[in-house]
Amino acid sequence: MTSIQTERTITVVLNGVSREATVPVRWLLSDALRHEFGLTGTHVGCEHGVCGSCTVLVDGEPTRSCLVLAVQVDGHQVTTVEGLSRPDHQGGQVLHPVQEAFRECHALQCGFCTPGFLTTIAAGLDARDPAVEITDEEVDELVGGNLCRCTGYANIKKACRHAAATMRADVATKAQDGAR
Amino acid sequence: MKPAPFGYADPTTVEDALDVLAADEGAKVLAGGQSLLPLLSMRLAAPTTLVDINRVPGLDGIEVTPDGVRVGALVRHARLLHSTEAAAVQPLLGRATANVAHPAIRNRGTTVGSIAHADPSGEMTSVLALTDGSVTVATPGGRETIGWRDLFVGPLETSVHGPAVVLDAFFPGLPERSGTAFAEIARRKGDYAVCGAGVVVTLDADRRVSSARAAYLSVGLVPEVHDLSDAVAGKPVDSADWAAAGELARGLVDPDGDLHASADYRRLLVGTLTERTLATAAAEAASRAGAGQ
Repeated sequence: MTSIQTERTITVVLNGVSREATVPVRWLLSDALRHEFGLTGTHVGCEHGVCGSCTVLVDGEPTRSCLVLAVQVDGHQVTTVEGLSRPDHQGGQVLHPVQEAFRECHALQCGFCTPGFLTTIAAGLDARDPAVEITDEEVDELVGGNLCRCTGYANIKKACRHAAATMRADVATKAQDGAR
Repeated sequence: MKPAPFGYADPTTVEDALDVLAADEGAKVLAGGQSLLPLLSMRLAAPTTLVDINRVPGLDGIEVTPDGVRVGALVRHARLLHSTEAAAVQPLLGRATANVAHPAIRNRGTTVGSIAHADPSGEMTSVLALTDGSVTVATPGGRETIGWRDLFVGPLETSVHGPAVVLDAFFPGLPERSGTAFAEIARRKGDYAVCGAGVVVTLDADRRVSSARAAYLSVGLVPEVHDLSDAVAGKPVDSADWAAAGELARGLVDPDGDLHASADYRRLLVGTLTERTLATAAAEAASRAGAGQ
């Protein structure tokens, strides 16, 4: 017979690092990320799946952290906005192209919705063929599930296209280098 | 906005899941959770135990045969959306799942879960009805198949009671010389549809319309399938009066009004969406008939 628990110890590969925590089973993943793991970059807006602010990557796929229980990610990989950048091997960090693009295109005002946009768009861009030019439909699909109440959508969409163009230029450069 | 306390179990077999469900009348099955967790967070539901079936192996299969597509309880909308094998047998599956919420919800939410949730604004409840589908339900007494007409009782209510796990949903394949279409009107792409329509048009060997059927979203309390053949049957596919079929559909539905749309506006949308989708489906049926399918 399967046991029924009210608290459980979970192990999660969080931004590449294995972390363990004991959490009440009714905690949402967003609760565990903020209150147990201290990753307050994940913002909680509506807490019922509408606004997209709390979107994180579970096994690489954008997922609302308010619509998953913390115990359900036991044994899985979770990436938050804090995990999008990469070490530059000189003690610093290299931002994901979409993070650079947000800065470049002024794609945030108050910044509350930004972590959800960044995780969703980063995963979407990483999953597509960077050599192909991004379409307006793709951009709409990337941003359509997240709300921004400063109404900065125009610049957010601009940032999507900017990031896609950067990634496209990167593969073109790499292809050239490879041909040499 | 936090769920009320509950107990949590994540069994690894269907039998264990049924044991937990049988021991606690207030227990509820958790699959994708994209509808259930908001209900918990808003305290509209407070199950005493959540039985998480995500660790039960064997429930995540998409089984495609010439007869139809069987979708396991743990198949996420996103997987069904991208299954070309499933789309080849029943194109409505891909067309409808493309309209289910946003990508982040589709990555987690399950097709079978949304059917068990029985929301009349859900896409997959209507597709189950339109394709004349059924679900397989496991109970302590054994397994049974429930057709869609017997499954949907009311908004968010099915005929499945007591300890039970819906194992899969079966969507029969598209008949030959047929075409389909699916369309929604929503305030924002991915939001709940103000109104939606899925249709199937079938032609006879002479490229005349033999039947036209439609199912709607956000229109009735439970999914309904309306036969619109009377308006177009016997007409050559190129000259059938789809507007007349839309007119017929408007008279058959009985939508409610709410904050998002009045009943009259919904009825208007039923007519418009019916006309548009039937024309699209008919063109597809004609090209499939031409290709000898």
